[in-house]
Parts: sequence; C-alpha cells; structure tokens
Amino acid sequence: MTNFVLPSYKEQSQEVKDRFDRIKERPVMLRVENLTKTFKAKNGPSVALNNVSFQTYRREFTSIIGPSGCGKSTMVRLLAGLESQDSGNIYINDKIITGPGIERGMVFQGYTLFPWLNVVENVMYGLLRKGETKTYAKNKATEWVRLIGLEQFEHSYPSQLSGGMKQRVAIARSLATHPEILLMDEPFGALDAQTRAKMQSYLLQIWKKVNISIVFITHDLDEAIYLSDRIIVLKANPGEIAEIIEVPVSRPRSPDQFLSPEFLATKKRLEELIHPRHEDKDDKLPLVKLTLVGDEVL
Amino acid sequence: MKKQSMFVIWKNLPPIQKRILFTLSFVLPILAWCIISYVPFVWHPMVQITEVGDVSFYKQDMLVQKEVFYRENERLVRQGLKPAKGEPANPIYLPAPHTVANSLVSSFETPPRRPGEPWLHESLMHSISIIFWGFFLSSIFGVPLGIICGTYKFFSNLIEPFIEYFRYLPAPVFGALAVAVLGINDGPKIAIIFIGTFFQQVLVIANTTRKLDSSLIEASQTLGAKRLTIVRTVVIPGILPDLYRDMRILLGWAWTYLIVAEVIGTSTGISWFINQQAKYRNFDQVFAAIIIIGIIGVVSDQIFAWIGRRMFHWETHNEKR
Repeated sequence: MTNFVLPSYKEQSQEVKDRFDRIKERPVMLRVENLTKTFKAKNGPSVALNNVSFQTYRREFTSIIGPSGCGKSTMVRLLAGLESQDSGNIYINDKIITGPGIERGMVFQGYTLFPWLNVVENVMYGLLRKGETKTYAKNKATEWVRLIGLEQFEHSYPSQLSGGMKQRVAIARSLATHPEILLMDEPFGALDAQTRAKMQSYLLQIWKKVNISIVFITHDLDEAIYLSDRIIVLKANPGEIAEIIEVPVSRPRSPDQFLSPEFLATKKRLEELIHPRHEDKDDKLPLVKLTLVGDEVL
Repeated sequence: MKKQSMFVIWKNLPPIQKRILFTLSFVLPILAWCIISYVPFVWHPMVQITEVGDVSFYKQDMLVQKEVFYRENERLVRQGLKPAKGEPANPIYLPAPHTVANSLVSSFETPPRRPGEPWLHESLMHSISIIFWGFFLSSIFGVPLGIICGTYKFFSNLIEPFIEYFRYLPAPVFGALAVAVLGINDGPKIAIIFIGTFFQQVLVIANTTRKLDSSLIEASQTLGAKRLTIVRTVVIPGILPDLYRDMRILLGWAWTYLIVAEVIGTSTGISWFINQQAKYRNFDQVFAAIIIIGIIGVVSDQIFAWIGRRMFHWETHNEKR
C-alpha cells in the first residue's frame, strides 16, 4: 500500500484564492439567519435545523451535504418557501421571504414535470404564470429546449423521456423564468451513475451560461466537491452546521480532477465530518453475527 | 425462447392468448347455457306434452313436472288408458339460446300488447334519459364539490363527514319521499339516481384529488402559481384522467340504481318492459331485455374508454392497459 500524504483541504492555490476573493466581493444573494425548524415526532419533538446561519454570494455554487436526517431537505424546502420555519429568517437580496417566489427556482429529485404537458409546454408553464403572452412564452420555451439539446423532443410528453432528459427539462423549466437562485434537492439522486456524471458536467455548463446562484442538496461527496465553490456540511441531531468548506479544486472543473490531491483531501475531510469513525451509536452493524450463517470464505 | 407458463403472476400475456381468452370469457357461459338447454339429460326437470293421451287436464305444449308426468302415465297404463307423450324440457324461466336470440330481434318488432304502451326501443330510450339526467345533475354538483373537498382541508372537514353518513342510507329509502315531493313521473326516478350517485361521487372524487402528487403542486408554486391558478393549471388537469375513470365506474353504479328508480311512482322504462313480459310469461323477451341492458353498458363503457385513451394520450405511452 502506497502511503502518500494529502495536503490540507485548507491549502488553496492562487487561482482558487483569487476566485474566492472575487466571489466574496459580490453582493450577498442568500442570507440565512438563526434558522430553526422542529418536527413533532412520536417520541418528542425532533430538531431538524437548529440555529443555522450562513450566506451565499451572487453566482456562487453552494452545496449542502450531510448524513441522512441532518435536515438538508428541510433546509431547501424552507429556502423554497414550501415550509415555514419556527424561528429565524431567510433573506434573498436582503428581502425576507415568506413563501414560494419566482426569484427562486427549484428542481426536485422526482422531476415533477407536468405529465399532461409536453416538453415545450412544461417549460412555458412558469412564463405563463409570470403573465407573458402565449407566443412569447412559446418562443422563449423553444429556445430553452434547444439550449438543453432536446429539440427533437419538443412535443414529447414526460412519460416518453428518460430520467436524465426529464431532469434537463425540469432545469430548463425553472431557469426559463430567470430566477436569481436555483435550489436543487438531490436532483440527480434517482439517475444511474453514468447519466449522473453527464448531468453534472451539463449543469456546470448551464451555470456558466446563466447568471444564477445555485444551492445544491446532495449526499454524494464527489458530486458536492466536483460542482461546488463552497460546501456547507450539516450534522444530524440536531441539524447544525458542522463546517463550511471552501473547495480548493480549481475551475474549470473536469472529471480528471476526481483524483487530484486537493480533491481527495477535501473528500477525506468530508468523510471525517459525515461518517465520524468513533461514534457509531445509531447503527452498530452486527458483523459478528454473520459468522453464524456462513463460514468464512477467505 | 422459453415458453412462458400461462399462470405467471402479474405478467402480460401474448396478444393471441389475450384474444382467445377474451372470446372464451363470452363463449364459455353461452356454451354452458347451450348444454343445459339442448342436452336433455343435463337438467330438463320438465316434460313438454306432445300428445295429451287420456289425461283430461293436459294440453298441447304444456309443461309438466317429470315426476308428475311419469306417475300419471303409470296410472294410465295400469287403468288400460292411452298414456301421454312428451319431450324433456326446461322450465319456462330458462328459455333456450335460440329463442332468446330470436327475441333479441323480434322484441323490437313486436308491437306492445295494449295500445298506448311503449315499444321496447321507447322503453330503452326512457331508461337512458333517466340515467342521463340523474347522472348529469349529480355530476354538475358532485364533481366540483369533490374537487373542492380534495383540495381544501377546510371543505373536506366541513362537508365530508355528513356525506360519509348520508352515503350509507340506501337510495331506495327515499323513494316514497321523492314521490311525495316530485310527483309520480320522472322527477323521483331522477332523484333516486341522483341520491345514489351524488354522495359516492363527492367522496370518490375528493379521494382522487387527494391522490394527486403533491410535489406537482409544489413545483407549480416555485414557478409562480398561486391559489386558484394552481387548481386550474395543476389540480384539475392532474386528476383529469383518474376523474374520468371514476366517472365511468360511477356511471355503472347509476345503472344499478335505475331498476330501483323505475319502479318508483309509475313504472317505466326497461324495468317496466321486463316486468310486463314476465307477467305474460315471455321469458325469452325478459332475457333479451336483460342482455340488451348488458350490451348497452359494455358498449358505452368501451366507447368512453376509447374516448379516454384519446383524450389522455400522454398517459398511455408507457402504461400498458
């Protein structure tokens, strides 16, 4: 076994440092202040989020990651305005949000395309709600469909599309209304590994072309590192921020970087935060019992 | 390719097998009917008299119980009289397939016994119009109310408990009341269909509405849709295919209330026709009328199903029905 020493994930190259300096000069896009959300459960209330505060900047790609039950889905639903917090505030461009709003687009894990509308009509949906005329909305939507490379499927219905295609349409649908921030709740979680990798590169390309901040929920460490500027790591019970990591991987990103030292260093740090070795109170795997059912093979 | 067993759980069958089974599901019962009707030793508990012999109370073509026939003949032989002759037959209430098939045509051509009584096709049209008005009026109120209950918890909690209670009251118990209020003509009949359909309709449609994928509503909210726009652009189109299927099932229920409804007040429609023919002991006509009701039901349902597939074509691409 080759033993090589990883650099610290806090070591940043000049390019990365400069980029973070530029990002932090930009106006604050999203500000979360002391956000707390409790759910009632059978055995007493469970704290999904406890006093969480952070901010993201314009055009920043932020991921939120954490073990299951850390409240990352609750977080994105609060940001979208689909649920309301117990206390604390969420500001978009310094304005408090009180419900869903058109300045925040959202992409769900389950695609959520309207099955009775074809691809173009799905993309048109938000534009029509904005009060655009049908002709304008149709032209705009068709443009978006071209941009995501689905012009052959303009008139197809969601049931005729693959998972990856559906998610592309969902992304186009939420971007068509020009939101300032795109919330993505494990958008590629239901896709197979290959499609997923394609969609990740694809998302980076779109993000390059569109002026938008992204908040991306995932449980996939590689995905978070590959896509993000910063990663907000949550811990569970109660849901609190464990650490906010500035990803030291340079841009533009490419899949080759998955094995670069700074990538691996970041991943190691994330592993430590999310799967701490010493405290596995919840799930003690009864490995010993396996010997009862079978002899050791090796 | 390995041959697939015919009894695989949940697996679709090859099209030829499907078609054969479809045909068999109609042919088998008809075959059973033919066997009972045409093969003498299967059932035939009666004897049809062909020659009366010396029995005073026999008449030509009369049906007599088998035991009675043989006992009577034994007596005649013992007394040196001429025994009667007869052929095994089924009771009058089970006519043979060919007589019913004949009646299917002739019942439309036979004029009513008494002048002023409706022909069969007139009776049928009357039944269909009762169903239509009952179902139509019920749907006008029931569908919107169901959607409202399914969409807003407020209305669900306000309206559904009472409807849940009311739905257990059998529609026919309102017959006398309906006649008192609406007279003896079509009013009470339509009211019975309405009562029989409406309460189920509200609950079924409310449930269908609640089954809509809530993430679609959330998606529309993040795209800027609000309140009534959500109902108009997501809830209604989202539940439409299921709503349509519900309506088809409910229409079937409305048919079952028809027979009850038609004997309330003055008897009319297809039920009147059936009762009248039964009085005359024209059981072939009774069977013909019953078969016609079935055909109307199946054919109209298939037409609605076909229309549904055309209307909700986005659904059928990946779902095999």
